[in-house]
Amino acid sequence: MQWASWSEFWAMGGYGLYVWGSYGAALIVILIEIISLRRGQRQTLQRLKRMKTWESE
Amino acid sequence: MNLAIFKYAAPMTFYRLAGRMIPWFAWGAGILTAIGLYIAFFVAPTDFQQGEAYRVIFIHVPAAWMSMFIYLVMAFWSAVGLAWNTRLSFMMARALAPTGMVFAFLSLWTGALWGKPMWGAWWVWDARLTSSLILLFLYVGIMSLWSAIDDPRRGDRAGALLTLVGAINVPIIYFSVQWWNTLHQGATISMTKAPSMAATMLIGMLVMAFAAWFYAIATSLVRVRGIILERERHTEWAAEILEGK
Repeated sequence: MQWASWSEFWAMGGYGLYVWGSYGAALIVILIEIISLRRGQRQTLQRLKRMKTWESE
Repeated sequence: MNLAIFKYAAPMTFYRLAGRMIPWFAWGAGILTAIGLYIAFFVAPTDFQQGEAYRVIFIHVPAAWMSMFIYLVMAFWSAVGLAWNTRLSFMMARALAPTGMVFAFLSLWTGALWGKPMWGAWWVWDARLTSSLILLFLYVGIMSLWSAIDDPRRGDRAGALLTLVGAINVPIIYFSVQWWNTLHQGATISMTKAPSMAATMLIGMLVMAFAAWFYAIATSLVRVRGIILERERHTEWAAEILEGK
């Protein structure tokens, strides 16, 4: 373990902006992908179901 | 033996198989990420040259690897699809692209954040960086081509052609640090030399790379199921799923 305290951990030896900027961006982008994937899946399913009912009418 | 059976059975079988595999890969990705982050921040030592700034590597290198690897897999499926006209291969290529684009973006973004403190510049137009930017543009270009062509089969073929032409860029990215004078450091891991980093750093990076693999597999399987269902909606099995049976 190389961190004496949490504030030292967040400071990252003065490189906090760069390190957390990288990890933060990764987190945000991945969350966006997962959310849009789920939404897309739901929308596809609803759309296909609608098309199904139109076609059978 | 009637080959048509395989042709129609493949997407259905794969739809169900993918559904069963997704939770495993999703959980695997989550667990590997947790282990990888723990190693990255609490086990791996401070770098003697770069201090703590080097910790960007645990995101940067796996993202860069995945952006190239996913592209190669897309090119593989595109080639298979064009050669044998297998529908599922084109669907796989389509399902992989968005995740590949995400990793290509992350590799550039984290590269900029690492370049600034180490090189003093967010961006330089050198061979490695420029070819990585082209990779991102290729992903965007291929995806816009697909969305611009309404006919799925035609879109498949056009996208596959562009993917294959663009594949030449991947070896260019990979070897750019050897072929040209570049600011970017050489390969972290090579087949011929011992890794140029501490064992715990290497392990952390590899764990994060596996996490990225699992994540890419999980997301592309979710995506490919949507594509399969959409294209197979007129078949009996897809109708059954849509009717909630």
